[in-house]
Amino acid sequence: MTSAQANSHAEQRPRSAWSVTWRTALHQPRTRVGLALSGFVVGLALLGPLFSSGDPNEFIGAPFIGPTGQALLGTDFLGQDVMQRLLHGGRTLLWMSLTATILGVLIGLAIGMISGYTGRRVEGSLMWFMDVILAFPQIVLAIVFVSMLGPLPWLIVLVVALTHIPRVARLTRSLTADCVRQEYIEAAKTIATPRSRILIREVLPNLTTPLAVETTIRLAWSVSIIAALSFIGYGVQPPFPDWGLMINENRIGLVVQPWSVLAPVVLVAMLAVGVSLVGDGIARAASGVDERVSQ
Amino acid sequence: MSRVVVSGLQVALSSSKADVVTDANFTIGSGEIVGLVGESGSGKTTVATAMLGHTRKGAEIVKGSVTIDGLDILSLSAGALRSARGRVISYVPQDPAAALDPCMTIGRHLREAVKAHESTAGVDWNARLAELLRDAGLDDIDGLLDRYPHELSGGQRQRVCIAMAFACKPACVVLDEPTTGLDVTTQSHILDSVRRLAREHDVAMLYVTHDLAVVEDLADRLIVMYAGRIVEQGPVRNVFHNSAHPYSRALMATTPDVRARLQLQPIPGVAPLVGHRPSGCAFADRCTQAADRCREEIPAQVTVGVGHEAACWFAADVSTERSPLTVRSELVFANDVPILEAEEIRAGYKGREVVHGTSLSIGRGECLALVGESGSGKSTLARSLIGLSDQVTGRLRLNGEEVPLGIRERSLSQRHALQYVFQSPRSSLNPRRTIFESIEAPLLIAPKPTAAVRRERVFEALEQVGLGPSFGPRFPDQLSGGERQRVGIARALVCEPEVLICDEITSALDVSVQASIIELLEGLQREHGLSVLFITHNLALVRTIAHRVIVLKAGHVVEEGSTAETLEHPSHEYTQTLIRDTPSIVAPLTSDS
Repeated sequence: MTSAQANSHAEQRPRSAWSVTWRTALHQPRTRVGLALSGFVVGLALLGPLFSSGDPNEFIGAPFIGPTGQALLGTDFLGQDVMQRLLHGGRTLLWMSLTATILGVLIGLAIGMISGYTGRRVEGSLMWFMDVILAFPQIVLAIVFVSMLGPLPWLIVLVVALTHIPRVARLTRSLTADCVRQEYIEAAKTIATPRSRILIREVLPNLTTPLAVETTIRLAWSVSIIAALSFIGYGVQPPFPDWGLMINENRIGLVVQPWSVLAPVVLVAMLAVGVSLVGDGIARAASGVDERVSQ
Repeated sequence: MSRVVVSGLQVALSSSKADVVTDANFTIGSGEIVGLVGESGSGKTTVATAMLGHTRKGAEIVKGSVTIDGLDILSLSAGALRSARGRVISYVPQDPAAALDPCMTIGRHLREAVKAHESTAGVDWNARLAELLRDAGLDDIDGLLDRYPHELSGGQRQRVCIAMAFACKPACVVLDEPTTGLDVTTQSHILDSVRRLAREHDVAMLYVTHDLAVVEDLADRLIVMYAGRIVEQGPVRNVFHNSAHPYSRALMATTPDVRARLQLQPIPGVAPLVGHRPSGCAFADRCTQAADRCREEIPAQVTVGVGHEAACWFAADVSTERSPLTVRSELVFANDVPILEAEEIRAGYKGREVVHGTSLSIGRGECLALVGESGSGKSTLARSLIGLSDQVTGRLRLNGEEVPLGIRERSLSQRHALQYVFQSPRSSLNPRRTIFESIEAPLLIAPKPTAAVRRERVFEALEQVGLGPSFGPRFPDQLSGGERQRVGIARALVCEPEVLICDEITSALDVSVQASIIELLEGLQREHGLSVLFITHNLALVRTIAHRVIVLKAGHVVEEGSTAETLEHPSHEYTQTLIRDTPSIVAPLTSDS
């Protein structure tokens, strides 16, 4: 029973399915490109202020001047240095989208797992509530709340998180329901394992990969929505430097000084696309890994 | 005359070019049924589908020819192949539930099978379809033709698939485990139909199965495959009772039988995987007769009798013992002190009662078999004993002490005393947790022993099921089906149980692996005095392992008694039918003498 296969197994170090998936994902060009793109933007947003030499709100010349030796990306609609504003303008977007995503994924995960595990009535009412939220387009829901209560950063984070919850909950509910039908859950029940322990120790490890993919998708969405809210004026208020806001402020000068608009556009796009690529890489690696496992 | 000639068939993986099937040669005559047996991974299904010019994704037919009535299937163009499938050769799949389109009525399925190959202008559909149904042993009662697949029983669905396969009177029909998952009585009826169809239509038939007893009953000739090669082929009786290949003998020695309590001898080791097959005889590592020559050179087919060939260097050696079957004495049980008693258990699910007031008792160290067909309520009964049923009434006593029916009301020692081993080696272990963690889980419920004690007990349990501590850090997907089932047993043993409830634990395993699991259970009973409730639909297995047997039908116990007595002289009609319909290897042997 154990001889040949056991020997071949003994040589390879056992690894968890998640680490196998992650390694496989890293071998794919799309994952690497995604990591490079998002890594660059995150690095720029976090470390940008350290490299900046001046005040982003300082007026250094006439509005919409093209790139010069002093201002590498020219000036914006007020004559401020685009480069300086770019270096300072990413942090807000970054922390807001990260917090919103984590909050949304965690709450969605909890709701999804509980309703997937308990089933019937709890599931019905929770999911009904989720469907109500799902009925509103994410951006509309965000605008409604922000226009009622004002453009407060924590409010934006909460609203964006709220819009993520039903999407994550739907996914984890169906994954949990699949998982609960397996015999290893029954096995855990035969020794009266507490429900919380079944959920955390038996079910949760089976959700990690799809959840990682979902988190990257949600993060890409957060970035776009929060940037979009800034763009339409519901986010950070001037004169604070912010990429989304910069796109809006400078779009009148698009023809005269395209850098002032294109630079923040490119950065936001790089972040959203990069994060999505990473998620896609994990998803592809996971399906490949599952295929190999099932063979 | 041979209608079907398969020669030099070779199927390999597209990526690594490793052979899945190597050099398969055989013929099938007109009206002949050829059984193709082998364990999982032996390449039997690959051969079956390759006969229709098809391989699963990732594999390709490299060489060889499949000639049916002079037509070489493998050299046909895509269009010609499509028109040949169904008309020249057709296929009956394993799972009829997945093979039929849930959106199409039975009538439409059958009409489509005919229309694909024949001009249907002016056809009298009523007469034609009625004939097809009759051939497959179905009647168009209750408007069967207008019904959808989900409205039919498993057996009826399989008959529809058979009717579709025979719709255009093909020269050759390939049946891929068509009765797996069906009850023995249904299986027996389907086998009758298959036999009759082959004779009536002079069809060359290839019947793929893992169940040796079925082919003994059905086939004229038998092909045994191992690790992608045909190791032996010949007339069924010769292969069974005068086996020339050690693997054929070993395979038969792992197969239980309902007519006699056979000594099951597990085959040591595991079959080499695709891409890891040795240069010599693939069976050499597990063979008791193997010599140096076996490891170096692949043995050629040697003729050992009329139409009987085997690929073994020692095939012609007449001094070897040829009959693999050893009969053991019947199990007798002396200790009648009950350890677990269940009285008037009524259980069910979704508001429906499935078990109607059943009582049973298991003695200390006894193995009690609970037998029934699907839907008889045997799993529901088992689940209510372990405390997983939310809709149950009755009384349960363990060592004379009352035990609550709900798992959460039971004390820790009561929970540990009763343990359950699950059916599926695939889903009974969490794929994301290591073997160590899975076995340790029952010990983590408060009050839990210290980490050192837990570790010791997990390794002890692994040792008891014949797996070393090296299995601890592995994940389930790194284990074979048999190894996973052993882990399932270890997870139960770690609680030091008094009663083990085994729910169809070998039904998903190959016979050779099944034999080793049975050997393990017998050993555990001998050494630890463990009591076992063995739930199964397989009467042959009951004969080997159980002291006593309970037969369950539609939630009622219809017969109960010692295994030998019940299986030799069943008193209830239902038990008699079950035993009659269970295919047997031994039956023809004893009737000959």
